[in-house]
Amino acid sequence: MRLLHRKQFPTSKDISGCAISGMMSEIGAPMSGEAIIRSIANMHDRSNGLGGGFAAYGIYPEMRDRYALHVMYDAIDDKQETERLISRWCTVYGDETIPTRPSALVRHPPILHRYFVNIKPEVMERFCDETEDDAIVDLVMTINNESKGGFVFSSGKNMGVFKGVGFPEDIGEFYRLDEYQAYIWTSHGRFPTNTTGWWGGAHPFSLLDWSVVHNGEISSYGINKRYLDNFGYKCALHTDTEVIAYLFDLLVRKHRLPFEAACLAMAPPFWPQLERLPETRRELARTLRIVYGGALLNGPFSVLVGHSGGMVGFNDRTKLRPMVGARKGDMVYMASEEGAIREVCNDPEVVWHAAGGVPIMAHLKEPEKVIGAEATARLKAHSCKLPAGAWQESPRAGRAAASVQ
Amino acid sequence: MSKRLVQAEFNVERDPERCIQCQVCVRQCSNQVHAYDEEAEQVTCDEASCVGCQRCATLCPTGAITIKKAPPDFAPDNNWTSDVIQNIYRQAETGGVLLSAMGNDTAKTSWWDNILLNASQVTNPSIDPLREPMELTTFLGAKPNAVELSFDDQGGPSLATKLAPQLVLSTPIMFSAMSYGAISYNAFESLARAAGQYGTFANSGEGGLHKDFWPHGPNMIVQVASGRFGVDIDYLKVAAAVEIKIGQGAKPGIGGHLPGEKVDERISQTRMIPVGSDAISPAPHHDIYSIEDLRQLIYSLKEATRYQKPISVKIAAVHNVAAIASGIVRAGADIVAIDGYKGGTGAAPTMIRNNVGIPIEFALAAVDDRLRQEGIRNQASVVACGGFRSSADVVKAIALGADAVYIGTAALVALGCHLCQKCYTGKCNWGIATQDPYLTRRLNPDIGARRLVNLLRGWSHEIKEMMGGMGINAIESLRGNREHLRGVGLSDRELSILGIKAAGE
Ligand code: SF4
Ligand code: SF4
Ligand code: SF4
Repeated sequence: MRLLHRKQFPTSKDISGCAISGMMSEIGAPMSGEAIIRSIANMHDRSNGLGGGFAAYGIYPEMRDRYALHVMYDAIDDKQETERLISRWCTVYGDETIPTRPSALVRHPPILHRYFVNIKPEVMERFCDETEDDAIVDLVMTINNESKGGFVFSSGKNMGVFKGVGFPEDIGEFYRLDEYQAYIWTSHGRFPTNTTGWWGGAHPFSLLDWSVVHNGEISSYGINKRYLDNFGYKCALHTDTEVIAYLFDLLVRKHRLPFEAACLAMAPPFWPQLERLPETRRELARTLRIVYGGALLNGPFSVLVGHSGGMVGFNDRTKLRPMVGARKGDMVYMASEEGAIREVCNDPEVVWHAAGGVPIMAHLKEPEKVIGAEATARLKAHSCKLPAGAWQESPRAGRAAASVQ
Repeated sequence: MSKRLVQAEFNVERDPERCIQCQVCVRQCSNQVHAYDEEAEQVTCDEASCVGCQRCATLCPTGAITIKKAPPDFAPDNNWTSDVIQNIYRQAETGGVLLSAMGNDTAKTSWWDNILLNASQVTNPSIDPLREPMELTTFLGAKPNAVELSFDDQGGPSLATKLAPQLVLSTPIMFSAMSYGAISYNAFESLARAAGQYGTFANSGEGGLHKDFWPHGPNMIVQVASGRFGVDIDYLKVAAAVEIKIGQGAKPGIGGHLPGEKVDERISQTRMIPVGSDAISPAPHHDIYSIEDLRQLIYSLKEATRYQKPISVKIAAVHNVAAIASGIVRAGADIVAIDGYKGGTGAAPTMIRNNVGIPIEFALAAVDDRLRQEGIRNQASVVACGGFRSSADVVKAIALGADAVYIGTAALVALGCHLCQKCYTGKCNWGIATQDPYLTRRLNPDIGARRLVNLLRGWSHEIKEMMGGMGINAIESLRGNREHLRGVGLSDRELSILGIKAAGE
C-alpha cells in the first residue's frame, strides 16, 4: 500500500511540521481504515518516520459501554505490575493482545494489549460526587505517571487509538486498521522536533474519548501545563499535544462549555476584534478570555480533536498552520492539505481553508442511534451555538462560517 | 571641633580652564557643596557634603565639573571595607541608626541576571510585533475557576458568570507606591498623569491623595496603611482599587516616619494631620494581628467600595511568603503585591534594607507555585515589585508567574533621579524626594509625565519583541510560562525553587 501511494506524491512539497487528516460520516456510517491510511500517506513528506497514529470511533460496538484501555508495555514484568493496578480498580470484561501484522517497516513494537473495563462500584465510592469518567482519568494518570513501563494510550468507550514509531501508513498496516469499521477516523504523521521517537509519543493523544492530533508547536506549553496542574492533570509526556487533549477534557467535560466556547477560550479573538463583536457575544468572549488566560494556546498549530459525537478542527488565531475542510454529502473531511482530502474524496461539494481561530465542527446527525441517550444529551449541550456574531474579522471568516452548518 | 574621621565620599573636581564662574553649581547644589567666594571671585567647594547626585555636573554650562567616587581606600580588607569602617565612624559620632534610601545596594542583589530567555528557531516562527498583533492587555483581580453559561435561553447560551472587578492595564507595568510627602507634588503628578496617559495605574502610597489628584482617581490605586493617613470614604471612592499595605520590601517589619518639618499645608491636608506634626506609621496595623483580622479589613474595604473595586494586599517578601500569600488570597484579597528585598524606599535603616527579606525572584516563584498547588491561583492576581531595572526583568518576572509588576526606582530614574540614595535628607536636587519649593520646581510635570510614558512605551516595545521572539502573541501565554526561562550559574536548589531548568537542559 505504501509503495502504491508513493507513486502519487507530487514532487514539489513543503517539508514542514506534521500531517493531520480526519474524516467523519455524520450519519455514523462505518468505514474501514483503508481510506484514512491513503489520505495520510498522501502527505508522506510531512512526516519523517518517527511517529504515526490513528484514532477510530465506533470500533467496539459490542463493548460500547466499557472503557477500552489500550496499553503499551516495555516488558512483560511491566504488564503484570500494571494489570494488578487495573484489576484493583476495574472489573475487566475482556482483554486481548491488540492484533498486529508484523512488518519490516515497523520495528521494535512494545507489548500492546487492550482491556474492556468499568470501574468497580467499591472504587467509585472513593470518588464521592465524581463520575466514572473522573475515576478513569485518575487511573490513567496513575498508570502513566507511576508505573514503570506501562502506558495507557487510549481510554475511551467504543473508540481506540493506534499509534507507534514509523510512517503513519506503515503504522496503519501494522495495526490492521483495514479490519476496523469506524464512523470517525483521524490520523497523524509526525515530524518530531522536540521529543525523540517513542511509541507513546506519537499522536493521537487521548484521554477518555478525546483524541487529539496536532501539527505545530505550542509556545504557551509551559503555562498550559501548569494551568492544567491546578485541576489535577499531570502532563506526563511533556508534549504540546497532550495539553490540548486535557484542555478539551477540562473545558468541555468538566466545565461544561460548548465546543465553540472552548475553542473561543483556547484561540480567542484579539482584543480589538473582540471589541467589535455584538454585545452578547463580546461579553462572553471577553469573560472567557479573562478567565481562561492559562488555556490560551499560543504559537502555530492546527488541531483535530475527535470525540464520540464528532470532530472539531481548529487552528491558531493567526493561522500559522494549514487546515483545509471539505464536505460531500454526509462526509466531512479536515486535513493539512487539500490533496489528502481529494485522495479519498473525488469531488467534494465545498472545500475551504479554515480561518485562524475559527473551529470547523462536525457532529453526528442522529447521535442517539450511535452513542446512546446519555451521551447524546451531553453532546447536544456541547454542540449548541453561542449567541450569533461574526467570528473574527478575517476576510475568510465569513466564508468559513457559512460553509459550516 | 576635632576633624571628623568620616572622609568625603565624592571628589568634586572643577576644571579651572573651563569654569566661567557662573555660579550655576552654587545655586543647584542643595547640599551647599559649592560656594562663591566674593573676594576671590571664585567658586569654591566643600566636597565633604557631596552626595554624588550629579546635579551640578549635569547643569554646569561648560562641563567643568566631574563628580567621582572618592577613595577612602583604607588598608585593603574584604571584611572591613572602607564602607563598613566609615559607617562605624558615623555611628560613633552620633549614636544613631544608619539611614539609607532607595533599594538594597549590596553586591548580591539580582538573580534576574542568572535567568535567560528563550527564542524560536525553525519549528516555531517568531513573530514580528511591528507587523502582527502583540497583546499586553492585563487584567488584575479575582477570576473564577470556570466560566458558567446558562443554557435555558433560546438565543443560545448566555453568560451566568459575573466577573469580580478587574483593573485593566495596557501593559503589565504599574508605578509602585510612592506617597506625596516622600516624593514631591510634581513627581506625584507626573506619575499619576503618565499612568492615565498610558492606560496603567499609579499607587498613592500611604500618604493620602490630595484633592488636586482626584481627577487621576481612575488610574490610581490608593493605599490603606498602618497610619491610615488620608483615608476617608471619598479617598476610597475616587480610586480604581484599594491596597492594604502590610509591608514593604526595603524595610519589612518596620513602620515609617515622615518628619514634621516636611508636613506643610498641602501635605497636612493630604495626610489629614496637623501642619508640622510627625507622620508616624506604626510597624503593624493596630487592628491586624492575624489573618482573620486582615480578612475583616479586606471585607470592610469591599463593603465601603460596594464590591466594585479590587482590594490588593501588599507584603514584603519574607521567609514564609508563600504561606502568607496563600492566607491573604484565602482572606479575600483580589491582588497580592509582593515586594522583594531590592525594593526602594524614601528612608530605611540601612541594616534592615540590606539584610531583611528575600529576593523577589524566589518569593514570586514560591508564591506562584504555592497558589497553584492549592488551586487558588485564579482567585487573585500576583503583582511583583522590588528592583525591576529593565523590560527584561519584567518579562522574566511574568514568565515566573507574576501578572504584572510595580516599578518605583526605574520610574524615578526616568524623572531624573540619579540614585544618590539620600532621599531621606529631603534635599533631593532633582526635585523628586523633597518638599522644598525651590527644589520641587525643578521637575516639570509635563516633561515628567512625558518621560514616564516614554519609558513605559519603550519597555512595552521591548516586551513585545521578546515575546515575539518566543513565538507568543498574548501576555497570558507568557505568564507563568517557565519553559521559556533557563538558569545559568544557579545551584540545583535555586533552580528547583525557581522552577526552571538549567541552560542546555
Ligand atoms: S556651573 Fe560650571 S562654570 Fe559655572 S561656576 Fe560652577 S563649575 Fe564653573
Ligand atoms: S551633591 Fe550633587 S549637586 Fe552637590 S556637589 Fe555633589 S553632585 Fe554636585
Ligand atoms: S530621588 Fe533624589 S534624593 Fe532620592 S536617590 Fe534620587 S536623586 Fe537622590
